[in-house]
Amino acid sequence: MIRLEHVTKVYKTSTRPALQDVSVQVDKGEFVFLIGPSGSGKSTFLRLLLREDVPSKGLVEVADWDVAKLPRRRVPKLRQRIGCVFQDFRLLQNKTVAENVAFALEVIGKPRHTIKKVVPEVLELVGLEGKADRMPTELSGGEQQRVAIARAFVNRPLVLLADEPTGNLDPDTSQDIMLLLERINRTGTTVLMATHDHSIVDSMRRRVVELQLGRVVRDDRRGVYGVGR
Amino acid sequence: MRASFVFSEVITGLRRNVTMTIAMILTTSISLLLLGGGLLVVRMIDKMQDRYHDKVEVAVYLTKDVSANDRDCGKDPCAALRSSLETNGQVDSVVYENQEKSFERFKRSFEGNPELVQLTRPEALPATLWVKLKNPERFDAFQKELAGKPGVDRVADQGAFLDRLFSLLNGLRNGVFAIALLQALAALLLISNTIQLSAFTRRTEVGIMRLVGATRWYTQLPFLLEAVVAGLVGAVLAVGMLFGFKSLFIDTVFAAPIRAGVFPKLGLADVAYVSPILVLVATVISAVTGYVTLRLYVRL
Repeated sequence: MIRLEHVTKVYKTSTRPALQDVSVQVDKGEFVFLIGPSGSGKSTFLRLLLREDVPSKGLVEVADWDVAKLPRRRVPKLRQRIGCVFQDFRLLQNKTVAENVAFALEVIGKPRHTIKKVVPEVLELVGLEGKADRMPTELSGGEQQRVAIARAFVNRPLVLLADEPTGNLDPDTSQDIMLLLERINRTGTTVLMATHDHSIVDSMRRRVVELQLGRVVRDDRRGVYGVGR
Repeated sequence: MRASFVFSEVITGLRRNVTMTIAMILTTSISLLLLGGGLLVVRMIDKMQDRYHDKVEVAVYLTKDVSANDRDCGKDPCAALRSSLETNGQVDSVVYENQEKSFERFKRSFEGNPELVQLTRPEALPATLWVKLKNPERFDAFQKELAGKPGVDRVADQGAFLDRLFSLLNGLRNGVFAIALLQALAALLLISNTIQLSAFTRRTEVGIMRLVGATRWYTQLPFLLEAVVAGLVGAVLAVGMLFGFKSLFIDTVFAAPIRAGVFPKLGLADVAYVSPILVLVATVISAVTGYVTLRLYVRL
């Protein structure tokens, strides 16, 4: 589902490559943690998958798309098949909860009656039924993240990328969010989550890929955060 | 694509930079007003050329001797001159005007200036052969041909005066177009700037839309339409000002020469003819400017 082969990414302004000869393969339906300290290349990793950046060298593949070689006009098509969730939620502030979720469907040209049917279903899935008409600013952090997850999941993406989705949340709320991501993973969606939340990684016992200074230093089938340190 | 989405984005965008929007609309409308004014002058020139073209004649002024003694061009050298002109292949028609008739026409032309008429004696005006050339452009050759023939005093092209009038109007038109062009450049830069500003203030939102998989076209169409809407409002304003300008300025200041037939009348139909051109120009220019700006400067 996701394949990186000998990927190197050098930013013009930096002396050290953000990613250096990284090769990782993630199969369909997997749940993978991407861990490592700040500056280890986690965000770059995700940016390459979303084609927010292109690698300096190497191959990036998402669901059979050669991402690096994808022409610009095809990029939206790729992003419509990838859901993404961020630490800062990235909701459209001038739209209601339902509109935010609906937007992801409008963008791909889904007919109105489908949107009307699907949006409440997804909001129910993330536990936000009854908050459809609230504005993002009226919600708690955990609720906002649920909206973001609903939006990422609403058109059944092949892959869900989460960049520190619990970074702004308290442990209990984080736990709820993780349960939600797990539930989404069980529907067959591949989930790739960048984090440095020890307790979450340790409690989930899923595959862990660790980056340090742009290199993969560990890839455990069932890992914990702090092994060997 | 949702029309309502695009529409609401355009309205918010225009309201967000209200000062810039107003500046953009005003510069656009002034530029279009000047363009419209220039186009009206062009129409006026066309009408005048139509009107005067068939009237342009060559005056062959006859010597004092002929003028004083030949009432109906019955004697030589006048009679010989007339018959030679009548057989000339370049000449369309010849009409003789004796001293009295010349004086009558003079009185009519200067009826607004009775002192001048009183001071002028009929004897001071020459008898004239009015010649119409088949091709007015050939005046120079014609003049050379006639110069020095017996009885001929001077050959004058009435077209020369019109040429001066036309060159004045042409100069006016060019001046107006030049200012319109400068103003259009200012409008263009303002449109470009406003779009960049709009795109900048909404970069977070647009970034999110792009992440969700919105196409460039989807996210940028509102910015483009913002420019076009402003351009259209500017055009409507310009058309309104043009109508106002016509009835308040042209109809009052030029009332006398228009009645006297020196200037052709510019009707509402002429302004109406120019209006769609302005609207079209505004739409095309703002759309192209918007598109180019988004392509070159806005990386979202």
